Amino acid sequence: MMQRLFEGTIIILSWIAGLMLVCSLLLLLGYLLYRGYDAISLKLFFGDTGTVDALLLQRQVFDGIFPATAGTLLLILGSMCLAIPIGLAGGIYMAEYSSSTIKPLFNLLFDVLAGIPSIIIGLSGLLLTIFLNRQFSGQVAPCLLISSLSLALLVLPYIIRTTQTALETVAPSTRMIAPALGASRLQNITKVLLPNAMSDIVAGIILATGRCAEDTAVIMLTGAVATAGISLSPFAQYEALPFYIYYISSQYSGPEELAQGFGAAIVLLLLCTTLLFSALWMQRRLTTLLLYR
Amino acid sequence: MSHVSSIREHFFLVAAVFSGLVTVALFCFLFILALPLLQSGQITELLFSPWAPENGKFGIYPMLKTSLLLATLSMLISFPISLGTSFIITNLAPIQLRRILLGMVRVMTGIPTVVYSFTALFLLVPLMRKVIGQGTGMSILSAAPVLALVIAPTMILFFVNSFKSVSKTYTLACDALGSSQIQKLLYVILPLAWPGIINGALLGFGRAMGDTMVSLMLAGNSVNIPESVTDSARSLTAHIALVLAFDFDSMEFKSVFVCGLFLYILTALLMLFFRMFSYNSSAKK
Repeated sequence: MMQRLFEGTIIILSWIAGLMLVCSLLLLLGYLLYRGYDAISLKLFFGDTGTVDALLLQRQVFDGIFPATAGTLLLILGSMCLAIPIGLAGGIYMAEYSSSTIKPLFNLLFDVLAGIPSIIIGLSGLLLTIFLNRQFSGQVAPCLLISSLSLALLVLPYIIRTTQTALETVAPSTRMIAPALGASRLQNITKVLLPNAMSDIVAGIILATGRCAEDTAVIMLTGAVATAGISLSPFAQYEALPFYIYYISSQYSGPEELAQGFGAAIVLLLLCTTLLFSALWMQRRLTTLLLYR
Repeated sequence: MSHVSSIREHFFLVAAVFSGLVTVALFCFLFILALPLLQSGQITELLFSPWAPENGKFGIYPMLKTSLLLATLSMLISFPISLGTSFIITNLAPIQLRRILLGMVRVMTGIPTVVYSFTALFLLVPLMRKVIGQGTGMSILSAAPVLALVIAPTMILFFVNSFKSVSKTYTLACDALGSSQIQKLLYVILPLAWPGIINGALLGFGRAMGDTMVSLMLAGNSVNIPESVTDSARSLTAHIALVLAFDFDSMEFKSVFVCGLFLYILTALLMLFFRMFSYNSSAKK
């Protein structure tokens, strides 16, 4: 009898827990949509500047979030260009070349790196900037390149570990065919193993892209500013969506700017969830363990 | 190693070594810059004295206490909710609902923390202001539920995964003996999957300690030692985030690296515990 009561209580409590989670999520997102829905329009992006002019970089946009959106996209592009080659190569080494003595050490190092709070990566980026600045007598300032570099370090362990897991889980029968036919180790990797593991690797990369898009702590210390316009130079300061949202939260001057902040939050939310959905779509297997830390 | 022959294969090795060195280099960076402060006073004084730069005291105790308080409080909220939700997702709900819930949780991992914090700033903080009746409403108590929501998906996915990895021999035996879903969960799956639960909790705690935006935007950032959870307070991460307010040659600036070093060591230790538990559990299977 007592046991029945205990089991029943657990069931009820579990349902309450699930309900609370769903409700609080819906409440927050619902409130966000409610406040920001009206702001979603072309005007949110481009303000009073003509759409075509702004897109062609003919005229700077001062009262829209277009520069911030463009900054975020440039940031993603920059950090992915740095992180993907190193991450892929590192993952291939871990899966295919590393000896059993050195592998646990590397695994531990990458896990520690993945667990480090992003603000510490940002702090290191800031340090690097100060160091370079003193070294080159004031010519280096916080900029897009430093931010991209820091973000690349942030997502590097994710890309390495997903690549490694994807390669390691290729079926042994597939793995052995090419060497049996006389292919070299490198040929086996590039022609058989990588194509076989590609969907998982790409899914991992998309998830890493999402982390680059959302991370605020790193960019706020390494060069994101409130107003910079669009600059294609990697050595200039830039605007970014997450930083814009943070900035608005403390510095908004009136209801119009606040509405823009809510609009920007919705845009960022859509960007990140779209990336996530496409990653889930790419992913055939559950690799939750590695990625959602 | 003996097979590394061509240039391209060398590149693989270099990339892995470089990435590994980043981990070490970050630690050295923080350690060297925190060294002046570590040498000047005893570590205990640094960790347990208040923040009073005008008196030459750069103790990080207020931030330390805030971070621990905030992480613990959000874990207290998040852990039962995550455990309950993972029960529903693995065993209790109808199949269709399980899929929907799991999908929702996975999407939650992609929601930017800055969006959570921004929304909560205009929804939860005014509410807290009314409830507390004084101050701005930004306090540890406002930040904790949002932080709980941020770390919940990490824990839920981990719990679900460890429940699902319990061997089919056991669960099928339960079904054959006619046990109900909840009996199977409580008396068979839970006793087998408990290392996974501890691991998920470790990960969640690590995320809670390391998260910047929630505490920066919602906890108020006052440098006083928090007396109660309704006080405005500054976490370690928020203290680092506000580094740009300090002069780069000052001791305040150096104190930031003590915070960074502490966070680094803490998250590295959590990761070590984490790996110890996953090693033990995989050895048993």
